[in-house]
Amino acid sequence: MAKRLKPVDVVTIGVGLTGSMMALELARTGLKVVGIERGAPRFTVPNFQSPAIHDELRFSIRKAMMQDNVKEAVTFRNASDQTALPIRRWESFLPGTGLGGSFVHWNGQSFRFQKADFIYKTHIEQRYGKKILDPELTIQDWGVTYDELEPHFDRFEYLLGTSGKAGNIKGTIQPGGNPFEAPRARDYPTPPQKEPYFGALFRKGTESLGYHPYPQPSSNLSQPYTNPEGLALQQCVFCGFCERYACEHFAKASPQTVILPVLMKNPNFELRTNCQVLRINLDSTGKRATGVTYADAAGAEFEQPADLVLITAFPLNNVRMLLLSRIGKPYDPTSGEGVVGRNYSYQTTGGATVFLDESVNVNPFMASGANGTMIDDFGGDNFDHGPLGFIGGQYVGAIMTGGRPIEFHPTPPGTPRWGLGWKEAVARHYNHTVLVQQHGTSTASRLNYLSLDPTYKDAWGLPLLRMTFDFPENDIRMSQYMADKVVEIGRAMGGKAIIRGGTKRPYTTTVYQSTHNCGGAVMGEDPKTSVVNRYLQCWDVPNVFSVGASAFPQNGTYNYTVTIGALTYWALEAIKSKYLKAPGPLVQA
Amino acid sequence: MTDLTRRFMLKATGAVGASMLSAGSGAAAATAQGLDSSSGAARAARNAAPTTYVFLNREEAAFIERAVARLIPADAKWPGALEAGVPNYIDKQLAGAWGAGERLYRSGPWRPGTPTQGYQLPFTPAELFHTALAAIDKDLASAGTPFSRMSSEQQDAYLRRLETGEKDLGGVPSDVFFDHLWQCTLEGFFSDPVYGGNRDMTAWRMVGFPGAYASYYELVDQHGIKIDRAPTSLAEDAHGHVLMRPGIPAKSP
Repeated sequence: MAKRLKPVDVVTIGVGLTGSMMALELARTGLKVVGIERGAPRFTVPNFQSPAIHDELRFSIRKAMMQDNVKEAVTFRNASDQTALPIRRWESFLPGTGLGGSFVHWNGQSFRFQKADFIYKTHIEQRYGKKILDPELTIQDWGVTYDELEPHFDRFEYLLGTSGKAGNIKGTIQPGGNPFEAPRARDYPTPPQKEPYFGALFRKGTESLGYHPYPQPSSNLSQPYTNPEGLALQQCVFCGFCERYACEHFAKASPQTVILPVLMKNPNFELRTNCQVLRINLDSTGKRATGVTYADAAGAEFEQPADLVLITAFPLNNVRMLLLSRIGKPYDPTSGEGVVGRNYSYQTTGGATVFLDESVNVNPFMASGANGTMIDDFGGDNFDHGPLGFIGGQYVGAIMTGGRPIEFHPTPPGTPRWGLGWKEAVARHYNHTVLVQQHGTSTASRLNYLSLDPTYKDAWGLPLLRMTFDFPENDIRMSQYMADKVVEIGRAMGGKAIIRGGTKRPYTTTVYQSTHNCGGAVMGEDPKTSVVNRYLQCWDVPNVFSVGASAFPQNGTYNYTVTIGALTYWALEAIKSKYLKAPGPLVQA
Repeated sequence: MTDLTRRFMLKATGAVGASMLSAGSGAAAATAQGLDSSSGAARAARNAAPTTYVFLNREEAAFIERAVARLIPADAKWPGALEAGVPNYIDKQLAGAWGAGERLYRSGPWRPGTPTQGYQLPFTPAELFHTALAAIDKDLASAGTPFSRMSSEQQDAYLRRLETGEKDLGGVPSDVFFDHLWQCTLEGFFSDPVYGGNRDMTAWRMVGFPGAYASYYELVDQHGIKIDRAPTSLAEDAHGHVLMRPGIPAKSP
């Protein structure tokens, strides 16, 4: 029998990026906020310190910062006519856990989505007509525009101290930045990071082809910075241990460096860690949440009543929470009805390996998680797709994040897989090779969705989330078109041998690709095709908000953290200025 | 190696036998492997401490030592996996949490699945290695020649047959075993020496990876500069000794 606790005003399910942002803003209005985090508490000091943090085996290979598959995994199948089986070890995507969530061990790559991304269906149909869309695609508009989000993008970047060079300030193209970017009110809070050698080689190669290289926007800062919360960040030193690691230097933006020291001091906020939320409780009408039930570290169950429940977990876990709590109608791919789990999308990634002359010392170990140089000439809808027969695009960049050798030991085509020939090739090419990344859109399809697994359970006896996904054919065509462009760039960089990239079907969970899982609780203007409205409020249960990339109707070209941050501030403004004054649906269906 | 370990090993010498010597008992081993006595490989072989196995039995260790010596062989310039201590790495990983199945979702039901669904066997890594190595032992016994007495070419041919998955090793498809062995060999070769492999940071020296910790702010925009300094381990003490303490964060003295 769960022990019933004293009611509070707000509960956040998860205290990562979105949870800590929401908790701070709402605690400041005077509300009593409880943040329930299933993982452990952890802080830069003492948990993220050198030298122990620079351990490739522990963090990159054994995935020490990630959700523990023993307790909670995800089941997977490529299509509905297969049986989903557990992803027994993470490879393709790596859900984080612990205080700060995935925002602790992200790479710091910091892009805004494009204007067209938010009105994707309208934009594509207007430019190309419906005929360009394969029949299974279910792209949608978001219900919010870039212009509405711009002040929130600005606020989020200044919270992080993001380092970059603006390409478009209020419509005026700025030299040195990305000429294709959406317009911004002002420049980044700090200047771009230094350009590493692989970035300089890419710059030269792409300029020779007539493209527009620019420095990658990075939340591993280029210089010391104090954010509007009064928290100080330091300069990134290019240690080469970024993604999957926490930053010991206070140089990477994370809840620990940009929010938590202030949040932890707020008397209206209480943090409970090592507590697993099992479900959101609803009243007898099923239209109002009464709070959550959770199990603490010792397994004891508690009921925490609350007026407002914010689902602020990793996107896959947001959707799972809605399904376990029976909020909203689950999606049925056969009938096409229902919304929870619908429009699951991912990221289409890959890239080429470019082998250079042995006189070129690339020194890939001198790197930050978000440094390097890239082009947006082929991002999103920045180029004419009319004659091409697919939608979407990718950015291309030399944006290596380190030279850690268990993961990085490239060998050219024709090298044996092991033995003396392999070893000699590794020694010869390690320091003279550049990875050129292609990274882009993932189009929503009626075939790709999330649901609850009928067979496999987590450590608390609850059904695991089931993922049914393969790359839509549209995205394969896009990726293969781009792969040829990347090879051309590799040759312009002086590549003597190039391993071509490009994505193929079927999607496999056995190789790392991206942790940008999206959708399943998408936002929109029509409750028949969305789970939350344009303020991320659940249509079915108005005192529940589902915050994060689960709201994306499809994924854009870029890494999505900054867009999540902007959406979170946007939802917060609606909660503070409208919802708290008059709790209830903010949008009439 | 600590005095305690040395005392333990001297007591155990009778039981451990030939597999101890193969890990490097000085110049004889170096010459026997055809190494130029002044090379890094020979130096590593001379300095290599014999391995104390806590998980692999004698036969299993003998196969692992010979197999990793073919997967990443020594050459005139650089040590291979054997000299780098990869068998020690594998032994300690199998004996530890990873070997016992940490972070592995271990509930059934068990179905073979599609290749895109990844590993779907009930074996923990420790169980997988024990099962597969026992089956290999039996397979080689029935064929007549133990692995350690095959020529290098014969050993490579056997490994390639395992790699293609043509054998079932007591329920472990041989390609699944080979993939585990290769991945462990890569990890043991390239991981921080704190885990018992990459002895003397030899693999890092070979590729030019500077190791666990450095700040490159002043160097990152000196494009093409050659970095020559010795690599550092995260568990290096003030005298440059690397102490093997898997799972325990290192402290500066």
